[in-house]
Amino acid sequence: MIENSTSNALVELKDLNVKFVSREATVSAVNNVSLTLKAGEVLCIIGESGSGKSVSMRALMRLLPERRTKITGEISVAGKNVLELQGKELSDLRGGTVSMIFQEPMTALDPVYRVGDQIAEAVCRHEGCDREMGLERALELLELVKVPSAERRLKAYPHELSGGLRQRVMIAMALSCRPKLLLADEPTTALDATVQIQVLILLRKLQREMGMGMIFVTHDLGVAAEIADRVAVMYAGRIVETGTVQEVLGDPRHPYTRGMLASTVHGNMRGKDIEAIPGNPPDLRRLPTGCSFAPRCKDVTASCSEALPPEVFMGGGRMSRCLLASAPPDEPKSMAPAI
Amino acid sequence: MTAYIIRRLLYAIPIALGVSMVCFALVYIAPGDPLQTLLPEDASAETIEMVKKAYGFDKPIPVQYALWLGKVLTGDFGNSIASGRAVSEELFKALANTILLAAGAVAIAFSLAFAMGTVAGYWVGSKVDRFVTGVAVVGVSIPNYWLAIVLVIIFAVELNVLPATGMGPRGSDTFELLTWDHFRHVILPIFTLSMIPIGIITRTTRSCVAETLNQDFVETLRAKGLVESQVLLHVIRNSLPQVLAVMGLQFGYLMGGSILVETIFTWPGTGFLLNKAILTRDIPVLQGTILVLAMIFVATNLVIDLCQTAIDPRLKRS
Ligand SMILES: Nc1ncnc2c1ncn2[C@@H]1O[C@H](COP(=O)(O)OP(=O)(O)OP(=O)(O)O)[C@@H](O)[C@H]1O
Ligand SMILES: [Mg+2]
Repeated sequence: MIENSTSNALVELKDLNVKFVSREATVSAVNNVSLTLKAGEVLCIIGESGSGKSVSMRALMRLLPERRTKITGEISVAGKNVLELQGKELSDLRGGTVSMIFQEPMTALDPVYRVGDQIAEAVCRHEGCDREMGLERALELLELVKVPSAERRLKAYPHELSGGLRQRVMIAMALSCRPKLLLADEPTTALDATVQIQVLILLRKLQREMGMGMIFVTHDLGVAAEIADRVAVMYAGRIVETGTVQEVLGDPRHPYTRGMLASTVHGNMRGKDIEAIPGNPPDLRRLPTGCSFAPRCKDVTASCSEALPPEVFMGGGRMSRCLLASAPPDEPKSMAPAI
Repeated sequence: MTAYIIRRLLYAIPIALGVSMVCFALVYIAPGDPLQTLLPEDASAETIEMVKKAYGFDKPIPVQYALWLGKVLTGDFGNSIASGRAVSEELFKALANTILLAAGAVAIAFSLAFAMGTVAGYWVGSKVDRFVTGVAVVGVSIPNYWLAIVLVIIFAVELNVLPATGMGPRGSDTFELLTWDHFRHVILPIFTLSMIPIGIITRTTRSCVAETLNQDFVETLRAKGLVESQVLLHVIRNSLPQVLAVMGLQFGYLMGGSILVETIFTWPGTGFLLNKAILTRDIPVLQGTILVLAMIFVATNLVIDLCQTAIDPRLKRS
């Protein structure tokens, strides 16, 4: 309630930390992440494998195993303090206000239930209708996500569908209760290239029609360029740079973002994965005290590894966590081709 | 599904035939000439000839098998050598008695084990899990003849609250489960027979539930807002095919009647009958009993198989 009065943001993360605690080690998967998402906005999170993208998404819905996970900070979604929700309130939020689409359509559906029933179950759970009405709605949803011969597909089991169709079923299920926020964790990565584009176009269309906020996780800068309003770049569990998609991809202010972009040819970003920047990301069990990108950074200075660089705000929601971020705006541009 | 059921039924026929051949061959596999067991040692050559003819031993073996099979299919298993009565009569009486114990053990063991296994699998690593796993280990490791004897010593000898043997008060011909005088006779045997299935099914259920809970789709279920009881329902349904397989096997064993347990409690079931038949080398009884038990096993497998496919349609393809 207090959160609601301070802003009209759909999602507000403040100083989010996620640690996995086990007997051997504590893994700091997400560190001091703060971000906001307005209603109807699309935010892309990009970053290397293991940078904590999925963990952040799951934290937003409290899907991480409670016993081994320590979440601190603030998560507010549609005015609700997610970290304080219990039992029924939490499950009302899941699938009702926030939905998630997962990376692997092959394993994300229950193999022994018909897909129609799986969608209907979500509908009935949140709208309190009977199975028949749920199935009617499921049919509408399958038609909405353009599943051919939807009536027949309603009775299909997941193994009888192709990867693309399964992902459409997942999308239908996620949209079944008209969520305000859709979390899409690499929803197209596991699909064939042509199917990827179809699913992507569908998702963007539905997002606009339904006016949902969306956080879209991807490795693919081309996808980000196409779908995002804003971009957040994650490295070692931290957001190192955010801004509008034009700002971040056109004028990167963090050496890590520049490194990623350097590997993609101008104007042909689609389908390009983030290519390897020399070196490896740091061990999340023992994060360095300074900038975690310093060991791989081309522009590293002595002060980089002394203390964690502060967030440098450059107006208009633009942020970079780099000591050199406030350098003259034309400098990074001239550097980009040189890398 | 109907086509699948018919196909599975057709597959069962060769298995059943194979089993019947083994049972038939029992006469020849068993040490010694089958005639020896039928005849007194000092039988004359004439008598031997006569018995040979009467039992059809003078015909070629395939013909003997066909004749035997024809009779078996009409429910005629021949006559017991020991008692002279029809095998079918003794067999079905024993079977009914064993079913009584088996049904009790199935009802108790399957429900208890399934519940305990599910709870333990859901809370893997918790105190409840450790307790349940302990019970399961005890269940599978206690030899049931030993348990039977201990129970008899405690409840029949020391406390004198339950009978040690038999099916009812002395002199009663019929068995009435619903009267205490009869019912008290089934308590110890059923308890004894339940122990091993409880252990095995609990362990299987626990590991299946725990394994299923780790699958990706469970996260999807939670993400769409299902409460934990609904999630558990999905998990159970996914675990069921594997659990059913183990249950089917245990049911088969129970139908065979434990020779040791039935002998200790002098419970006139199939195990008891088999034991008696082995001791008296009563080949027709052995043949008939083994054949019927094997058929029950085949039928159980068939039913389990169909249940599994009904639950998990992916199994239909293989
Ligand atoms: N349940 C868990 N227990 C312990 N560590 C975990 C757990 N889940 C994730 N991690 C660790 O947290 C880190 C971040 O993982 P995450 O899945 O968020 O990466 P990601 O950015 O989504 O990568 P990818 O692009 O490969 O999906 C990884 O180092 C991972 O090993
Ligand atoms: Mg991920």
